[in-house]
Amino acid sequence: MKSLITGLAAAAALTLAAVAPASAQQNSRIIVVSHGQANDPFWSVVKNGVTAAGQDMKVQVDYRAPETFDMVAMGQLIDAAVNQKPAGLIVSIPDASALGPAIQKAVSAGIPVVSMNSGSDVSKKLGALLHVGQDELDAGKAAGAKLKEMGGKVGLCVNHEVGNVSLDLRCKGFTEGFGGKVTVLPVSNDPADIRAKVKAALASDTSIDTVMALGASLAGEPTVAAVKEAGKGGAVRVASFDLSANFLKAVSAGEAAFAVDQQQYLQGYLPVAFLALNAKYGLIPGGNVPSGPNLITKEKAAQVVDLSAKGIR
Amino acid sequence: MVEISQPTAPVGPADAVASPKPVQDERLREASLLTKAMRRPELGALAGLVLVTIFFLSTADSSMFTLAGMMNILTPASQLGILAVAAALLMIGGEFDLSIGSMVAFAGLIFGAFLLLTGWPLPLAIAATLVVAALLGGLNGQIVIRTRLPSFIVTLAFLFILRGLSLVGLKWASGGSTQMRGIGDQAGEGVVREIFSGNALEGLFAWLASHDVIAKFPNGTPTVTGVPVSIVWFILFALVATWILLRTRAGNWIFAAGGDANAARNSGVPVDRVKTGLFMLTACAAALVAILTVLDAGSTDARRGFQKEFEAIIAAVIGGCLLTGGYGSAIGAFFGAIIFGMVSIGLTYTRFDSDWFQVFLGAMLLLAVLFNNFIRRKVTGER
Repeated sequence: MKSLITGLAAAAALTLAAVAPASAQQNSRIIVVSHGQANDPFWSVVKNGVTAAGQDMKVQVDYRAPETFDMVAMGQLIDAAVNQKPAGLIVSIPDASALGPAIQKAVSAGIPVVSMNSGSDVSKKLGALLHVGQDELDAGKAAGAKLKEMGGKVGLCVNHEVGNVSLDLRCKGFTEGFGGKVTVLPVSNDPADIRAKVKAALASDTSIDTVMALGASLAGEPTVAAVKEAGKGGAVRVASFDLSANFLKAVSAGEAAFAVDQQQYLQGYLPVAFLALNAKYGLIPGGNVPSGPNLITKEKAAQVVDLSAKGIR
Repeated sequence: MVEISQPTAPVGPADAVASPKPVQDERLREASLLTKAMRRPELGALAGLVLVTIFFLSTADSSMFTLAGMMNILTPASQLGILAVAAALLMIGGEFDLSIGSMVAFAGLIFGAFLLLTGWPLPLAIAATLVVAALLGGLNGQIVIRTRLPSFIVTLAFLFILRGLSLVGLKWASGGSTQMRGIGDQAGEGVVREIFSGNALEGLFAWLASHDVIAKFPNGTPTVTGVPVSIVWFILFALVATWILLRTRAGNWIFAAGGDANAARNSGVPVDRVKTGLFMLTACAAALVAILTVLDAGSTDARRGFQKEFEAIIAAVIGGCLLTGGYGSAIGAFFGAIIFGMVSIGLTYTRFDSDWFQVFLGAMLLLAVLFNNFIRRKVTGER
């Protein structure tokens, strides 16, 4: 019993000694609360952006997220952040009704709030100063316009989650930007199913020369495979939203036209930079800042593959 | 007949007036108050709570221990705690229910469907959700009893079934989305809404704020407007569960069924009824948590309650319940849930990198359970 108590006391003393110096700093503190888990490759890029901005702007940043996609827990994390009275709060808003009260509480507390990644339509209403993210409609339009420029006339948009507002907007934007005839193909989020359905669609309508996928690893790669299997490698152009290593390889090899990069590193970096300058000098941009789209064509693909290994793209 | 005269003892004046001295039975050893306190199953959980509090007092931002900070910690603790107390009762009864996390999501779906699709008024929707949950819990219990399979396996199967049904049901009910919105608006206002969502004692807190006892935000609104209703439900549920376990016959039955089901059955305890009832209780507790969180959030989605079943069991074990059944307490699960809430939210008040959070959570839980085990072995004299 005695040795256990001495052991515990020693451990406690060591912990206190280790953390005491850290709490002595008095820099501005910015807290990021997002719905993306630390082990998700997409979100670890956002976190790298946040950390880099913290170092560059010389502010303390903390990145907080629930262990799983849990809106209730995320609201509680926002409350915890508000209680610590940071110089700025950055949030993503995947569910406006669940997170609304917590965000409004932050605004009432006088904390500057910037939203990023999701929730661009509710951001202003909830009291955020601005939103940094990719507007899905505009991104779709840019992708559609580029494919039209490349010579596309008849298109297919592969939607793997009908009812998900962001994905529906991507297809809608693509249709507007493309100009030609576009069919939306609803599929499940099983890659094998996507491959089969795209192949069937290409076979039934031979005039299709463009296919737009809404997620690179989930839908983009099976689409490239389906186009190859249907023997239409040169005739049909494939493009996709978001990045994945294999899809970028396909772009480098000329099997896919481009990938739409929403540059989530900027979704982490820019809000921290804005709030740090706001805390120091009271500066704030006058409107939303689009972090993307950036169309990664063959020329840019090699650099992106390098950086994606480092967790920057 | 021979008369035998009894020798008479000399009667002195002292014997006639002095009352007889109470006999000290030297076979009984009086345990000191401290030892008696240490023998209770909750002690390990309380000691764990003290340890965790000391850790955060030294490493966390001081705002964690303000009134707003404590409410912030107790809210997730209470939502987990309602599940943990029910899981503790079931564990004392000798069974596990791994489906309660998925039941939270499923009950949220059912509740939303009753309100939005069939348009029922709030009290009816709440009652119907609890009934459906109780029926599913009863189904769990009956399958476990009749097939004599370990409850671990049966409820694990239901974990997947209910999670899948929640996803399928949500997509069907909302026309393709995995979220159901607008439930808060449909539920309306009223007495029933006040009981199941929002804050209690708002009048008291407003009065305290006007007298500057509670801190205010820069725009004048108080930082804490009331006690979140889930905390009140949590405390009530823990008290009722403790009273049932320690003061009623049903409590004895629960301990007996968990200690040795066969011996209990032979002593006349209706073990099957007790176990089925406990499964229905855990399912209803999950439905209650679903109702509370859905009304507060105004929406539900397919991932609610994910992995909560494991957290509830961990909270119960930290609180002193044995995995083998027959020993434990509801108050212990109460403290176990508070430890869990304090660790998971408290880590966000520290400056540790969030990548380390799961490591810390696991380490603290292991420490709390080891400490609990050590104390229990020491005081019950186990070898």
